[in-house]
Amino acid sequence: MKKARRKSDKRHLDKDFGVAHTEMEMQLSGNKRESAIPPASLVDLRRGDEAVLSEIDLPVEDARRLMELGFLPGARVVAGQSAPGGDPRVFQVDGSEVAVRRETAQRLKIHHKGRLPRKA
Amino acid sequence: MSDCSACAGCGTASAVAFPPDAAVKVVAVIGPPNSGKTTLFNRLTGLRQKVANFPGVTVEQHTGIAELPGGQAVELIDLPGVYSLSPHSEDEQVAYDVLTGRRDDTPKPEAILLVLDSTNLSRHLMLAAPILALGLPTLIILNMADDLRNRGGTLDIKALSRELGAPVALVSARQGEGIEQVHDFLAGTMALPAPRSLPVLHDVPKCREWAGRVGSQADYRAPIAPKWTRRLDRVVLHPLAGPLVFAFVVIAVFQSIFSYITPLMDAVKWVFEVSGNWIATALPPSLIRSLLVDGVWKGVGSVIVFLPQVLLLFLFIGILEDSGYLARAALIADRTMARFGLQGKSFIPLLSAYACAVPAILSTRTIENKRDRTATILIAPFMTCAARFPVYTLIIAAFLPNRQLLGFLSVRTVAMIGLYALGFLMAVLTARVLKSSILKSGRTPFVLEMPAYRWPTVQSLGLRLFDRSKVFLRRAGTVILLVTVLLWTAAHVPYSHGRPPAIRDSLAGTLGRTIEPVIKPLGFDWKIGIGIITSFAARETIIATMGAIYGMDHPDSTSMDLQSALRHDLTPGGAVALLIFFAFAMQCVSTVAVVRRETGGWKWPLAQFAYMSALAYGGAFLAAHLMRFV
Repeated sequence: MKKARRKSDKRHLDKDFGVAHTEMEMQLSGNKRESAIPPASLVDLRRGDEAVLSEIDLPVEDARRLMELGFLPGARVVAGQSAPGGDPRVFQVDGSEVAVRRETAQRLKIHHKGRLPRKA
Repeated sequence: MSDCSACAGCGTASAVAFPPDAAVKVVAVIGPPNSGKTTLFNRLTGLRQKVANFPGVTVEQHTGIAELPGGQAVELIDLPGVYSLSPHSEDEQVAYDVLTGRRDDTPKPEAILLVLDSTNLSRHLMLAAPILALGLPTLIILNMADDLRNRGGTLDIKALSRELGAPVALVSARQGEGIEQVHDFLAGTMALPAPRSLPVLHDVPKCREWAGRVGSQADYRAPIAPKWTRRLDRVVLHPLAGPLVFAFVVIAVFQSIFSYITPLMDAVKWVFEVSGNWIATALPPSLIRSLLVDGVWKGVGSVIVFLPQVLLLFLFIGILEDSGYLARAALIADRTMARFGLQGKSFIPLLSAYACAVPAILSTRTIENKRDRTATILIAPFMTCAARFPVYTLIIAAFLPNRQLLGFLSVRTVAMIGLYALGFLMAVLTARVLKSSILKSGRTPFVLEMPAYRWPTVQSLGLRLFDRSKVFLRRAGTVILLVTVLLWTAAHVPYSHGRPPAIRDSLAGTLGRTIEPVIKPLGFDWKIGIGIITSFAARETIIATMGAIYGMDHPDSTSMDLQSALRHDLTPGGAVALLIFFAFAMQCVSTVAVVRRETGGWKWPLAQFAYMSALAYGGAFLAAHLMRFV
């Protein structure tokens, strides 16, 4: 209990500190900012960030709707524009753009994230 | 279906030819939302279509006749947009039941046109498996061929057709490109590939995997991201520019329908005045002439004057919807809607309610959550519908000068926006109360697909306006005509000494004077009382009524101006009270009927009617008294 709380505190306060973590992934960029704890859901993505969906933590019916729109485990998701205030946010997934509220995006868990390679 | 039983239920996509001598074939059009299904349907049927409801459920049914170049006629049924055929929502249930011939009221289709978006083929192909498994002759239409080409996407149509065992046509419904292939299919002259057995999958990931595989077999290369859509979204959804664009769009729409359209309306008014005078001189003075000129012509004419305005409003809604901006507007509005316990999906019904509450209430079916849906139905009639609009225009024009504020906004526009805001505020307040009490519910996820921006086509907008004019004129020709004739009769009985009574002593006048004590505190006299009674049939009827009453009241000056007559009878306080009364009251028979049907009983419509009437009376009373201090 105590441990869990400390962990979540860390995530908010020390976001840019490379805190030791067992599930830490290899960072190719060597960018210190990128070496923070891997974000857990689509909420943690900023505009232009990209991630691979790992799991949909929603009731079956709701999950089905999202899956029909392309939010399948293993799908590549790129965060796009949002409404003023950052919620809801548009995500590019499977060839289309779908807006999702923050509370739903929180339930869409991701593996890892990275910057989109900038194309000219 | 005989072909399917022959292969022992293998779920085969059999490409069956049409029975050669069927009289009128019935063909269903189906596809995911945003696949351009309706554009294709419009392209094929043109003006030969009608809109109705599937009996028993709230799903809209468009049917139309497509005439083929060879002269045959085919009946098309436009089914609701669905992502899958597993019946989870009402829309999907209807689509499934129609396709499998389970609905007694709709003929079982003999063939299917499956419309998919070619720019997003891999995902849209997911729908192909369950549709083809139905065993009906199916043409797979890959729509938006122009977009696909422009954005550098390619695919091998022949290979795809072979993979699916069904004919495939690459078309652009918007441009009319490739439509002849659809005609060929409907006429039964299209070459069909060998049927193939397809897997029947109920699991979404597996289905998507299959679709992806079929796509790559057909060498499908997805087009690059829509450049202009991304660029526009960067502005339209910009934290600062976005809300500004939103506000600009709303103001521009309102300003043009309230100010710039006036000359056209004056022209219509002039036509009715001149033709009314012409009828009056052509006929000998008689009761019939009085009924025709004072009753029918004046009454119906005073409503038809608003046709240009109502059409302009629908034109704007059509442009916003077809261009793709409406989805962005829903996105921007979602946070605000959430604050009142509603969701972004309520935004589109509520926005359509600015045109008319009836289609708005029908469109709430897209809200899966029943409580959210009921709440949206209950508040929709507060939004300022097109029928309130002529009433507002008349009263505002009678009592406010057309002065400019800030150089570009007229005082009248500001007053009008204020009334729209008032209706909106009352709607969200009611929603807030409902959603935190009797209609409290868990939140449903808000998911909204953002379509790529497109130029709206003249054809699609034109059809929409044609459809709306029909509805508007039908109302003017039925409900309003009936009320006008009834009113004219009530204003002409009882006869005394072979002459009609003065309006004050007539049946209508007596009725008005009977309710006068009730409406007196609001600042209304018995003439307005008659108007209010008739307006419970439909709001805009009050204009026809007042037109007729003042016409009869001043028989000498047949062109007695309605505005100056109102100024004569109403104090400014009474005018404000009347505006507020109309803003809140549920004066619309059609809305009450549609709420009863949609909520499945009298409980909600009666509660809604009582609530809105009480609010209207209270609000008008308060306004009338507050105005005394101004």
